[in-house]
Amino acid sequence: MSLVDLVEEKQLRKDMDSFNVGDTVKVQVIIREGDKERIQVFRGDVIAKRGSGMGASFTVRKVSFGIGVERVFPLHSKMIKKIEVVRRGKIRRAKLYYLRKLKGKAARLKEIRS
Amino acid sequence: MVEGLIGRKIGMSQTFDQQGNVIPLTVIKAGPCTVIQKKTEEKDGYSVLQIGLVEEKGVKQPIKPVQGHFKKAGVPPVKILREFRFAQEAKIKEGDQILVDIFHEGEKVHVTGTSKGKGFASVIKRWGFRGGKASHGSMFHRAPGSIGASAFPSRVVKGKKLPGHMGDNKTTIRNLTVVQADTESNLLVVKGSVPGARNGLVLVRKADFDIHAPVEKKPVPEEEKKPLEEEKLEEKRPEEKKFEDKKPIPEEKESAPEEGKPEEKKLEERKPEEEKPEGKKPAPEPEKQATEEKEMIPEETMPEKENRSPEIKEKAPEEKKE
Repeated sequence: MSLVDLVEEKQLRKDMDSFNVGDTVKVQVIIREGDKERIQVFRGDVIAKRGSGMGASFTVRKVSFGIGVERVFPLHSKMIKKIEVVRRGKIRRAKLYYLRKLKGKAARLKEIRS
Repeated sequence: MVEGLIGRKIGMSQTFDQQGNVIPLTVIKAGPCTVIQKKTEEKDGYSVLQIGLVEEKGVKQPIKPVQGHFKKAGVPPVKILREFRFAQEAKIKEGDQILVDIFHEGEKVHVTGTSKGKGFASVIKRWGFRGGKASHGSMFHRAPGSIGASAFPSRVVKGKKLPGHMGDNKTTIRNLTVVQADTESNLLVVKGSVPGARNGLVLVRKADFDIHAPVEKKPVPEEEKKPLEEEKLEEKRPEEKKFEDKKPIPEEKESAPEEGKPEEKKLEERKPEEEKPEGKKPAPEPEKQATEEKEMIPEETMPEKENRSPEIKEKAPEEKKE
């Protein structure tokens, strides 16, 4: 273990459920407005995961009112309250950037059935 | 107290602040260092501590004259030696060990290292020139352009920014904030970046180091010296107290391990005063937050969970049947 990992270890969020690329997730984002805190949910497909340690992040894509919206979240951010996995997707590559070009029915992901 | 330490850059990491912003961090393995030689005004003409970086990797036996140098201090030989200033009144001997605990959280430090070599670089990379047009028939891309006038002065002005070797210079980044100083693993974490590559040698120095630090002027009270010191202390105290009231932070920095008893009492007195106002304030706040959270959770998260759980249960038996 490198010494950087030693510093990072305390800060990593180990309370998160594990999820993979292709999963549909609900990300509960903490939003601070002045003194108030509220939670906003961003629901979409995870199309990419990258990085390691404290720098790791993941990209969630959803189609909102016909417009594609992508949001990149730092995996270990304090502003994420919870990540819920809604659906496990069956995928054949690590980055699903091809979904950007697809619309409607073509942009669906197969579900993993156990 | 010693001004600073020798260390090695380990690498970079990041953390998040309360607002969720990313804060870049650099991890430095600082020390442990041993004092090899104490240079004095009388003997060497200047007053400084020569300290060596103790590393896990073994050191080759140095040549005999150098062996004697380490033998005098009574420490095993080390490869890297550097000189640091020290508080004149501090009781530091040759052979003493210095650890990261000389730094504390929130303190400002200067970090000196050797920047990464960039090789022969031209003016855009080296001096930030804008460069010319890239296209539309332009033949003037990244060239430096004119480097001066013609007949007068008939030469290139001294100091003209031109291509040449870039990087691999001694560079100091000033006023970096210490985020963490861990004596157990000898790690020092500072906010921001530090010159040099990983495993590069860096010198970490206190930003507001004072050789004539007032704390060091009060040695541990001994019976013989007491009367004299008390007089001195009485003279100094009113001034020092004012200084402490205005700037409590630098005062606390200097008062690390080697304190006189009067200093400790002052610290004790100060702490309860600070804690009282803090203790009162947070009490009402958690209650508010707790109520807010309770209100929020049922609104947004709870119904979803309730709805979902029956769905999942319904699906599960279907899948099994298939």
